[in-house]
Amino acid sequence: MIKRTAMGIVFSNMHDNHLGSLTRERTTGSVPFGGRYRLVDFVLSSMVNSGVSEVGVIAKSNYQTLMDHLGSGREWDLARKLGGLTVLPPYSSGDSQGIYAGRLDALSGVSGYIRNGRAEYVILADCDLIANLDFQSMIAFHEEKGAEITLAYRREKIRREGNENIVVFDAEDDGRVGRVWLSPQMEEEQNVYLNVAVMKRELLEKIVEEARSRNKRSFTKDILIEQSDSMRIYAYEIEKYVMRINSLQDYFDASMALLHPQVRQELFPAERPVLTRVRDQVPAKYGIGAIVKNSLVADGCIIEGTVENSIIFRGAKIGRGAVIRDSIIMAGAVIGAGARLEYVVADRDATIRDTRMLVGYKTYPLFIEKKSVI
Amino acid sequence: MRKKEWIAMLLAGGQGSRLYSLTKNLAKPAVPFGGKYRIIDFPLSNCVNSGIDTVGVLTQYQPLVLNEYIGSGQPWDLDRQEGGVFVLPPYQKSSGSDWYTGTANAIYQNLPFIERYDPEYVLILSGDHIYKMDYEKMLKFHKEKEADCTIAVLQVPMEEASRFGIMNAQEDGKIYEFEEKPAHPKSNLASMGIYIFTWKKLREYLEQDAKTPGSANDFGKNIIPSMLAANEQMYAYAFDGYWKDVGTIDSLWEANMDLLDPKVPLSLYDPDWKIYARNPALPPHYIAPGAHVQNSMVTEGCVIEGTVDFSVVFAGVTIEEGAVVRDSIIMPGSVIQKGAVVDYAIVAEQTIIGENAVVGARPEGMEDISGWGVTVIGSGVAIGAGVHIAPKAMVETDIAAEEVLVK
Repeated sequence: MIKRTAMGIVFSNMHDNHLGSLTRERTTGSVPFGGRYRLVDFVLSSMVNSGVSEVGVIAKSNYQTLMDHLGSGREWDLARKLGGLTVLPPYSSGDSQGIYAGRLDALSGVSGYIRNGRAEYVILADCDLIANLDFQSMIAFHEEKGAEITLAYRREKIRREGNENIVVFDAEDDGRVGRVWLSPQMEEEQNVYLNVAVMKRELLEKIVEEARSRNKRSFTKDILIEQSDSMRIYAYEIEKYVMRINSLQDYFDASMALLHPQVRQELFPAERPVLTRVRDQVPAKYGIGAIVKNSLVADGCIIEGTVENSIIFRGAKIGRGAVIRDSIIMAGAVIGAGARLEYVVADRDATIRDTRMLVGYKTYPLFIEKKSVI
Repeated sequence: MRKKEWIAMLLAGGQGSRLYSLTKNLAKPAVPFGGKYRIIDFPLSNCVNSGIDTVGVLTQYQPLVLNEYIGSGQPWDLDRQEGGVFVLPPYQKSSGSDWYTGTANAIYQNLPFIERYDPEYVLILSGDHIYKMDYEKMLKFHKEKEADCTIAVLQVPMEEASRFGIMNAQEDGKIYEFEEKPAHPKSNLASMGIYIFTWKKLREYLEQDAKTPGSANDFGKNIIPSMLAANEQMYAYAFDGYWKDVGTIDSLWEANMDLLDPKVPLSLYDPDWKIYARNPALPPHYIAPGAHVQNSMVTEGCVIEGTVDFSVVFAGVTIEEGAVVRDSIIMPGSVIQKGAVVDYAIVAEQTIIGENAVVGARPEGMEDISGWGVTVIGSGVAIGAGVHIAPKAMVETDIAAEEVLVK
């Protein structure tokens, strides 16, 4: 396979409105995940592991945590003289109003960045996927099909509820995309678009220019749905493990899936590491009386209680005699002695005082907001 | 180049022969410590946390791992526009080339490096101690006393004093005598191997020492005694905190175990005095349903299916079902296979302990306690299934399953 140069454009705010309190003060991209990561790490690492060395992250609102996390991009090896990582905040000038309305609108705001890119291809992606993707094979597929745009998808049984903003499409035998639906009202297995698209950088420039002159703002509606007949759009199936996070329930389920060894093997292969910001924390410490089963524990934790089927983020403290089951405890959260948590997602720096009892349900986990004290 | 008030020179050249197989392929300061660190992280982090931005690391023994580890210095925030961290191996000069013949010679050979920064003071450190120390306080003391040399000292129990270099000092800290490992110590102020020199003065003595035939070119043996003889202003700076020389197997084992002891005053959790390290990109560690983990430190990337008690487990270690690790140190990437038992051992990097193998023993189970000690498995070694490794053994080569007992 000939290695092609590609630049990445990452939309950090898409899906914000589906993630409730998790995105109250942060972008989808900066939602903590898997003990030490943030969602953006998965797409960024996939890009870097696919040889991408030029990534623009489009930010719209609440992006301070994202900027903190990304810094200069060093941890992803994206602190470069040429290319590297660029955070693209909204801006207002002339006809652009800063806060964008859709992906095309956002791309139009950063058209200068795209034009100045050096790569042949552009990969567009959101931050809603937990996956370790190889974009080089996607580009190879794109070239083989002579496609103009290639969309990543997977076969997935969709439900009637919670389909807001999900895109599905028909694909012909050779992979050509036929009809495209947005927010489909159906309950069946479908080709679900993973919000990852590949095309030549030149083509994207053209699309963005045209969209601007015709006041088109949505990549899904104005390009995928409108132009699926006139453009050569192809569908590339991702057969690898992918989790899509489009709701709080998705977030909880995808987190818990990490407790399966096969899922971790798929997501964290040694040769394609998921990179994230380094926090210089001490290894986790287990006290006398700690009982831990089937759980992921990050560095910096101090565990003195019982933890089962849970994910404990960096620097969380679980007090003596506390019992944590089927829960997600984020960085810096402190669970007091004798507290009891089941199906709880405690956001960063939350404090659960001694002997408090909080119980959610598998299909309705209880979300505790960042920094709250209970 | 801007003038620097002070820079640090870190002596990292030691072979560390008393760590045997652990330092076969790497210099002592690069030996893994405390789950995610290497020994050198402690002095380097102390430097940065004390406001030092220029550090020369003097190395000559097995420098590959250390060089790669230090890299640009970024993990310690020592990738600076002016200054930063530099690895300084011996180099060839027009008049020939020399290995570093002693600690003072190592500094002497790097006079041009130090002179580039034109420092007022130079801090001399060694790379084999575990401690947290604010060198800035020591510098303040040095300035207050208008000293030429300040030596950090630690009060050790009188009965152990004869194992150390002992400073005999007046009440105000002025040193009047230095005795290396005295049989009858007069005081219990042990040198910690941490010196601050007023650079001009040190330079004078280094140049003089270089011209002295027969000198061992050593700080403790030559520079300090000749400065004392010349009645220079030398002060002992008392440090009261955790400090441990990790130059032997037993002390390395103990210092790791100290991290598990809440009574030991070495907290690595202080957000204002972090110990920095180069981090591998690994997911959080996973503790399986059948695992038992207590009183231990476990690092990212590990998979624990067996039992871990009173142990320090480094990044990326796998402890399989039914395996038992107690009172031991398991260094990065090692695998303890099903049913193996590891007691009181240091298992170096990337080793494999085969199924049902037994490494080391517990002292309480020994008939003759005199033969007991910490067992060491060297890096990259594979121990076959069912093999028994005796306590205190040092294993440097693979042992296949049929060779059953090793002394």
